[in-house]
Amino acid sequence: MTGYLLEIGQALLALLLAPGLTGFIRWVKARLQGRRGAPPWQPYYDLRKLFGKDVVVSKNASWLFRFAPYMIFASTLAVTMIVPLVAAPLPFDAVGDLLAVVYLLLLGTFFLALAGLDPGTPFGGMGASREMTIAAIAEPTIALAIFGLAVGAGSTNLGRIVAQTLANPGGVINPGHLLGFSALFIVMLAETGRMPVDNPSTHLELTMIHEAMILEYSGRYLALIEWAAALKLLVFFSLLSNLFLPWGVATALTPGALGVAVIALALKLAALAVTVAVLETRLAKLRLFRVPELLAVSFVLALLSVTSSFLLR
Amino acid sequence: MTLLILMVTAYVAGAVGALLFGEGAAGRGVASFGAAVGSGAGLALGLTAIAPGESGQMLILAPMRLLPLTGMMLRLDGLSAFFLIIVGLIGLAVALYGFSYSTAYEGRYSLRMLGAMLNVLLLSLSMQVMADNALTFLIVWEAMSLSAYWLVLTENDKGETVRAAVWYIAMTHAGFAALVAMFLLLSGGDLTASFAGMRENAAALSPAMRNVIFLLALFGFSTKAGVVPLHVWLPMAHPVAPSHVSALMSGVVIKMGIYGLLRVALDLLGSGPVWWGGIVLGAGAVSAVLGVLYALMEHDLKRLLAYHSVENIGIILIGIGSGMIFQSYGLMALASLGFIGGLYHTVNHAAFKALLFLGAGSVLHATHTSNMEKMGGLIKRMPVTAFCFLIGSAAISALPPLNGFASEWIIFQSLLGGFNIPKPEVAVMMPIAVGMLALTSGLAAACFVKAFGITFLAIPRSGEAGKASEAPLSMRAAMVLLALACVALGLTPFIVVPALGQVIAGLGHLSDIPVRFTLGLSLDSPNGFGRMSPTLIGAGLLLLLALVPMVMLLLRVNWKVRVGESWGCGRLGQTPRMEYTATAFAEPLRRVFAELYRPTRELTIDFHPESKYFVQSIEYRSEITPWFEKYLYEPCLWLVRLLATVVRRLQSGSLNAYLVYVTIALVILLLTARI
Repeated sequence: MTGYLLEIGQALLALLLAPGLTGFIRWVKARLQGRRGAPPWQPYYDLRKLFGKDVVVSKNASWLFRFAPYMIFASTLAVTMIVPLVAAPLPFDAVGDLLAVVYLLLLGTFFLALAGLDPGTPFGGMGASREMTIAAIAEPTIALAIFGLAVGAGSTNLGRIVAQTLANPGGVINPGHLLGFSALFIVMLAETGRMPVDNPSTHLELTMIHEAMILEYSGRYLALIEWAAALKLLVFFSLLSNLFLPWGVATALTPGALGVAVIALALKLAALAVTVAVLETRLAKLRLFRVPELLAVSFVLALLSVTSSFLLR
Repeated sequence: MTLLILMVTAYVAGAVGALLFGEGAAGRGVASFGAAVGSGAGLALGLTAIAPGESGQMLILAPMRLLPLTGMMLRLDGLSAFFLIIVGLIGLAVALYGFSYSTAYEGRYSLRMLGAMLNVLLLSLSMQVMADNALTFLIVWEAMSLSAYWLVLTENDKGETVRAAVWYIAMTHAGFAALVAMFLLLSGGDLTASFAGMRENAAALSPAMRNVIFLLALFGFSTKAGVVPLHVWLPMAHPVAPSHVSALMSGVVIKMGIYGLLRVALDLLGSGPVWWGGIVLGAGAVSAVLGVLYALMEHDLKRLLAYHSVENIGIILIGIGSGMIFQSYGLMALASLGFIGGLYHTVNHAAFKALLFLGAGSVLHATHTSNMEKMGGLIKRMPVTAFCFLIGSAAISALPPLNGFASEWIIFQSLLGGFNIPKPEVAVMMPIAVGMLALTSGLAAACFVKAFGITFLAIPRSGEAGKASEAPLSMRAAMVLLALACVALGLTPFIVVPALGQVIAGLGHLSDIPVRFTLGLSLDSPNGFGRMSPTLIGAGLLLLLALVPMVMLLLRVNWKVRVGESWGCGRLGQTPRMEYTATAFAEPLRRVFAELYRPTRELTIDFHPESKYFVQSIEYRSEITPWFEKYLYEPCLWLVRLLATVVRRLQSGSLNAYLVYVTIALVILLLTARI
């Protein structure tokens, strides 16, 4: 019973933290660029405002356009329930494994891209086309990174991977693990629309991807999509941190361990957020047709990771 | 037994009735009714056979002689029953759909032949999986190929159709020749020997002979299944057939290649060296990736779907190939997992591909075109078709909780077990296959965003699309039936997987080590490598979909909706010409994979005679290089033509010359046979 309660609590925690995480990245970025920047909690204000606004829907759009935000939000939230944030072997571990996580995220992307096409504007179509291209060529890297992790831990289930890595901490510094981490990090940048791939802070540039798809959304629909995007970022961050560096994740459900876990999670998320912010200030956005090269690099890293875990096993 | 007789009678009656009652509604009705009853009986037969009876054993019909003296023999075992279920399920939907769909053919093409041949095709498909000796297998195989040939030729006044049918018949006969040779070798020359006899015979054959038999079988069955590079006929022949026939061909007929391969490689030959599985796995991975890549470049809805059949056959072969590799290393639990994944994907692909072809048929029925660039906005005019097509699109893109996800998950799990293989050089194939499978499913998702988005969403791109109306009742019912099948197959792997475990249990030493699958809600792979429950994922998604709006209502968010124009950077009035097209959608991927496509571009701009700043018209033409047609088949065709000109010299037209040939042939025969 505690397990289930914790599971729900964990999802709520993620929901609450997600906008703050995005805000924090923006704030750090602003500081690094010598601006004062909006406070980290600005996204919460944004969400509240959006939930209060009227929705304007294009007259060309169908029911799919109005259903998609719920689907995107629900699928991302479902993923959050599977990913171990603070405690490892939880009851929902048997519901889905890493592959289920990947395909649930693809479900959200699928509906987002369809919603981009629905109003019939060229921007939406452009965004949808680019998003699906990047999602498709990022897929092999994710699958191979999963393969590498699964071979190391003997399971594709997240809870077991975390528990296994905690049991043999020496495995963290083996080359397969590190290569897998870098591969997944690059994919994370692509999947969550961060800098060298997509620019999260532009509107109306021909280079944008995510923002182009959601251009027609407003009001509560936009709020749901923005929140889901923030949640997706948090999910990827916690996958990276908890699968590769699981220290702090509670294996016993005691209040003390859980407290430590929450603090460890916050620290890890903050560290990743600062890394991303630094990257985004240091790197220029890649041309769209250079992105596949970046993803090819990540694929090679993942393949090397799997091969080395085969050889060193 | 009663069901078997009912099935055969219904099909025969349907075929004869269609010929007798002719062109009108009566003919259509009789043909569809016969096909529906027949496939219903087949479905029931398959299900009763596969469901564990009181003794917990599967029902296996003993070998029986069909017609005395002809040497035809039938037998029903687990594998047959499983494929019979596929034939029955898809046949039922196709029969239902065909009743209304063939109205459009009235007065234009022969409804008699369409109805009769549909029944013959369904009958031969059902007999195919029950054949118990080589003679029966080959005769029914040929009946299946020929009836499918007739059906492809339905719209026989179009040049494209005739060309496609010729390609189909030529390829299928090349495969048939290989199968005849294979069965002759396997049975030691006696085609009427039962499969049980062949199984014993096969064990005694030399390894070299077994290799030859396997390669012949692989070639013969791959031409039927449409494995790259033997796939070229498939994207030609499937789209030109009437849509319900396309559904049957893509959903079921190509699966006979899979059935045949399993029957020969797994059942009759038992098992083989590692490279057998390696070839199958490699061919599967290549087919999967190339199939989806070519599908992405297609803007004809039915051709796009046909290329996806190549892709999905590839995915099925990845499962089967990994199973064969594990089997030859004696890793039986993983081998079972691979075969189960392949078979699961077989039934899943049958369900969603038939559904998608029927959906495409409804669109074609309503808009009179299958060119996606002329569609759009159909979701409002054809809501049921659109919803069913959406289900099919999500299922083929392997999105949870639908059926494509369940089977691809199992195939992934079996590939992930690859590290158990003792030889690293073989084991390393597995991660590469994982990468290719993942790439395939990602690209498939992109392709179906294109297919669904351009066809059904946004503004109509042509007058025809703007005037489209929803499909008639029987067509909608067929689509809903298959959409339900997709959902049901996706949510119940805890029933399907153990049943499939039973299906393959007796074959190829797989039962030597018992494989246990937990019957709980979540699906355990047998070595405890991964756990997942599509049922719970589906329930969770539904719950969240209901919960989110409820919480939003409780929190009193603003619920007002205004309908307005799309935002267009300040321009007024949106026309369909401003929309993204299918070509534009696929452009980024075409650039990424330019090495493969080698696109050719031709841009002609017509300027105004007065000034080059005014453009009168722009013509843009772009094609991709058809590698296989150009570099593999054209040389073959050239060779055949050359041989034909040589052989033509024999055909003098004089009777005396022919009598001489006959005599010479007779003498040679008598000398060599020496009976």
